[in-house]
Amino acid sequence: MIEMKEVYKKYSNGVVAANGLNVKIDKGEFVYVVGPSGAGKSTFIKMMYREEKPTSGEILINGTSLPKLKNRKVPLLRRQIGVVFQDFKLLPRLSVYENVAFALEVIEEPTENIRPRVTEVLELVGLKHKARMLPTELSGGEQQRVSIARSIVNRPQVVIADEPTGNLDPETSMGIMNVLEQINEMGTTIVMATHNKDIVNRNRHRVIAIEGGLIVRDELEGGYGYEI
Amino acid sequence: MKFRTVRRHFRESFKTLGRNGWMSFASIAAVTVTLLLVGVFVTIMLNLNKVADDLEKDVEMKVYVELSADPAATRELETQIKETSGVAEVQYSTRDQELDKMVKDFGEDLKLYEQSNPLREAFYVKATEPQQTAKVAKKIDEYPNTYEVVYGQGKVEKLFNFLNLGRNAGLVLILALLFTAMFLIANTIRITIVARKTEIGIMKLVGATNSFVRIPFVLEGIWLGLFGSLIPMIIITLGYMEFYDYAEPRLRGEMIQIIHPLPFLYIVNGLVLFMGIFIGSWGSFMSVRKFLKV
Repeated sequence: MIEMKEVYKKYSNGVVAANGLNVKIDKGEFVYVVGPSGAGKSTFIKMMYREEKPTSGEILINGTSLPKLKNRKVPLLRRQIGVVFQDFKLLPRLSVYENVAFALEVIEEPTENIRPRVTEVLELVGLKHKARMLPTELSGGEQQRVSIARSIVNRPQVVIADEPTGNLDPETSMGIMNVLEQINEMGTTIVMATHNKDIVNRNRHRVIAIEGGLIVRDELEGGYGYEI
Repeated sequence: MKFRTVRRHFRESFKTLGRNGWMSFASIAAVTVTLLLVGVFVTIMLNLNKVADDLEKDVEMKVYVELSADPAATRELETQIKETSGVAEVQYSTRDQELDKMVKDFGEDLKLYEQSNPLREAFYVKATEPQQTAKVAKKIDEYPNTYEVVYGQGKVEKLFNFLNLGRNAGLVLILALLFTAMFLIANTIRITIVARKTEIGIMKLVGATNSFVRIPFVLEGIWLGLFGSLIPMIIITLGYMEFYDYAEPRLRGEMIQIIHPLPFLYIVNGLVLFMGIFIGSWGSFMSVRKFLKV
């Protein structure tokens, strides 16, 4: 499903964020990416949806080579991937419903399919009753659930989450995790970068630890492994 | 592209105009002011150009015929002049007519000369290209029965130089103004788009193609340009009609005329409209491009 071979990334300011990454993630897996700040987690994540290109090496998603992917084909790649951010990235002027529907509109989904699908995912994340509200009228946890709803609305095979609980309190974070677990159970691969020790230790999944641009640990059902 | 998508783009472009009310208003105001300036300036320049043309057209040569030339020779000279390349029109004037003109210009005293008219027959010649007058005059001067060709040598060249300078300066000014207008409008639109950087970023992240992101913005630019050019078009049309009604009767019979409102106003308004739409869409296109690289 996702495969990185000898991926090396050096930024123009000289920082090496990936120093020969080799990893394989299978369909339906739930993977945590952990590591101290500046270890290269974000770069690892960003390279998966082609926000960053590796300097050298190969990244394959469903057999498509990301480094070789033409710019004009990037939108097609992103339709197979849902992305969730720490800061939610919702459109403030659009309602909850519109924010989620937006992801379907931009991929030119027929109008008659949009409403049932949006309602379905809003129900999944437990926000159907707040569909008409604006993001600013929601709590942080609710906003993140909208963002998750948006990321899965076009049925991607992978959801990539970059610190999805970074801005949320422990209880709300657990709520978010439940949603992600549920999506994972439906067969969607989840790659989640996180600093949240409790979550990693409680909801046990495969853990990939990155330090200095290298994978230093890759364990199934591993714990967080760092003391903060 | 699907029809549904086209409809969505149109709807979206109108919606965002309303949503960004103040920014849209600022852009439209910027377009209005600059296009009004451009429109008024173009109107003035084109009229000055017309005045320059009229002044040029008034330049004519006077060809004096040798006293020794008999009527047949005079007629032959007339044919020769008419056949000279670059000659637009030729008018014959007898010695008596010449004297009448002198009397009219310099007073009754000259009527004395009616006893023995010392003047020569003359041809009044206009060149097809007024600026070629000197060249044509030189050719006519070479014909055997030509005594002399007079066209205000020296002065006419100065007039032409002055008019050409005026035309070029006007052109440079119009271009500079157009450039400023484009810059100003594109910049205002850029600000409205910068404010929506996140939106563009999100669209890209959920898999929107570049053209899908760009089209509503370009459409919005077109509306901004279109709305922004309406007021200048109205002001220019009404203002010029008013000016024409005032100036035209006063210039009747003069060699200098201003341009008739039709089809002149169509041209100026067309230019204003085209500029508004072109700059609006181009400004949006260029500004969005910067944020599409996500």
